[in-house]
Amino acid sequence: MLLRYIFYRSLMLIPVSISISVVIFLIVHLLPGDPIDNLIRVGSSPDDRLALITKYGLDQPLFVQYYRWISAMFQGDFGEAIVLRRPVADLISQNLPYSLTLGGLAFAFSSIVGIILGTISATTRSAIVKQFMRGFILLGSTVPGFWLALLMILFFAVQLQWFPVSGAKGWDSLVLPVLTIGFGGVALVARVTRVALLDVRREDFVTLLHAKGLSMRTILVRHLMPHAMLPVVTILALRIGWILGGAVTVEFVFGRPGLGLLLIRALGQRDYPVVQGCLLMLALAVMLGTLIGDVAQAAMDPRIREEKT
Amino acid sequence: MLEVRDLEVAFGPVAPLSGVSFSLAKGEKLGIVGESGSGKSLTAMSVMGLLPLSGGRITGGSIVFDGQELTTLAESAYRKLRGRRLGLITQNPMTSLDPLQKIGPQVDAVAVLHLSMNASEARTRTVEILGTLRIPEPALICDRYPHQMSGGMKQRIVIAMALAADPDVLVADEPTTALDVTVQAQIIRLLDDLVKERDLALVLITHDMSVVAQTCDKVVVMYAGRAIEYGPVEAIFDAPQHPYTQALINCIPKGLSTDEHLSGISGTVPTVSNYPKGCAFHPRCDRAKNICTSERPAFITYGNNAAACHFAGDDR
Repeated sequence: MLLRYIFYRSLMLIPVSISISVVIFLIVHLLPGDPIDNLIRVGSSPDDRLALITKYGLDQPLFVQYYRWISAMFQGDFGEAIVLRRPVADLISQNLPYSLTLGGLAFAFSSIVGIILGTISATTRSAIVKQFMRGFILLGSTVPGFWLALLMILFFAVQLQWFPVSGAKGWDSLVLPVLTIGFGGVALVARVTRVALLDVRREDFVTLLHAKGLSMRTILVRHLMPHAMLPVVTILALRIGWILGGAVTVEFVFGRPGLGLLLIRALGQRDYPVVQGCLLMLALAVMLGTLIGDVAQAAMDPRIREEKT
Repeated sequence: MLEVRDLEVAFGPVAPLSGVSFSLAKGEKLGIVGESGSGKSLTAMSVMGLLPLSGGRITGGSIVFDGQELTTLAESAYRKLRGRRLGLITQNPMTSLDPLQKIGPQVDAVAVLHLSMNASEARTRTVEILGTLRIPEPALICDRYPHQMSGGMKQRIVIAMALAADPDVLVADEPTTALDVTVQAQIIRLLDDLVKERDLALVLITHDMSVVAQTCDKVVVMYAGRAIEYGPVEAIFDAPQHPYTQALINCIPKGLSTDEHLSGISGTVPTVSNYPKGCAFHPRCDRAKNICTSERPAFITYGNNAAACHFAGDDR
């Protein structure tokens, strides 16, 4: 049943990826500005300019450019960066691991801590803990990442000197960025967990679980948590896509290489192939994230499994 | 087996239930009747000790079960009674099972918890019970999910959970309200048979006087959070003392004639925040006198019934 669901759900990726590739391609080419402006030396002749344009195939009609781009892509060739003058695939594979470790760790941190805090705040009887959680959730969901990053640097790196201010050397350089990105994630996950738990607790079947004589603890672990995890999985799935590109500002503040930073630089320089490559990676991550999320939900909820996509 | 005396329930400052008393022996079926909002379900939840779930608590009276006072019982001890000696059947079978779990484990859990059986013993027992509840192919049903079954089947599963540990008292809170009419009769008959076979004490909560007439031995009629009449079924149907009981009985459609018009009771049940002074039923009562608006009638025993009406026992 689940395998069939996964199969049909994966088929849906094909039309989605095609449309995404078209949209990415078009958006980039509709941007005002020209990569050649960045590339060409001041004082070059119009002929030099034309030569460059022909070299990168920018004189061809859009659909020809698209066809070239997409067919090369299938062979693993993301094209040559116009401004950085290196293969896009190299640039991406160089930056991707940084984004993956940072994003992955932040994701794991915010999921685990978020679910635990959310559960505590939904089940605790202590009014102080409840108030504290409420404040934390409000703070976590509203404080902007870059500002928090600066505070973190100021306090933990400059004052206490526990961690490096910036860069990507060694594991200790990951701590502050992960905490910064994770903070917002923890608050979000905690909030969703809390609300979902409070919601299921009001369902009719819970009364009957109590009537069976089950303890609150058993009911929480075996029945309430699986239900509460459904919406949590949904928002976590959306954040999987976010792992790769969501950390741009934080990467910037901590001076870490990464896909987000690469994308922002390339956008500034109108470096089409790089922008396209990065966007495609991000789109892929988002698609994969939703796929994983949907499959996880189907694995948890028999009602979804039977909808057959 | 079960004796409830002057039960009083409060949610914060409001007291939606007071002065409910009844007693029930093994093999007896007690009906609790009343319109929505009359406190029937609160009575059921009080007996099950589940009021705290919705934020209520028992503020007075007593519930004695098998010689044990339940109103002061610790939660941990209460938990050992629930599911084991007190079974509950709720109103809406569509929402009363965990949609993420298969039927089997949901029923097994009771025997595992209370009869300290292992998983396979519990499953054998589950299949056996499902069979006695006339569920076709019980072994296969165990691997189904709730959403794959009809309402009537689900209600049988709920009944199976309530029966899994062989309880002494079964509290059925409007067990047929959410079901198709054809299925309603089946479920009521099933409950009736179970009481006979297992010598259960059944508390049947319903708003349907005709169901009470067919199945129960005793009736408590409730209005605005109070019991207003209590007695054996025959006595109450033969000589209802409270005007409200009379009106409820009149509401049962009788004949097959097409020109019979259905009767109702005019007005609505007052909400907790504005229970009328005196007899709560007086605004809807066509026999109300001055005394009814000011003084709450005490329970008067009249023949076999007891009714809370100033004019109970008067000739009419």
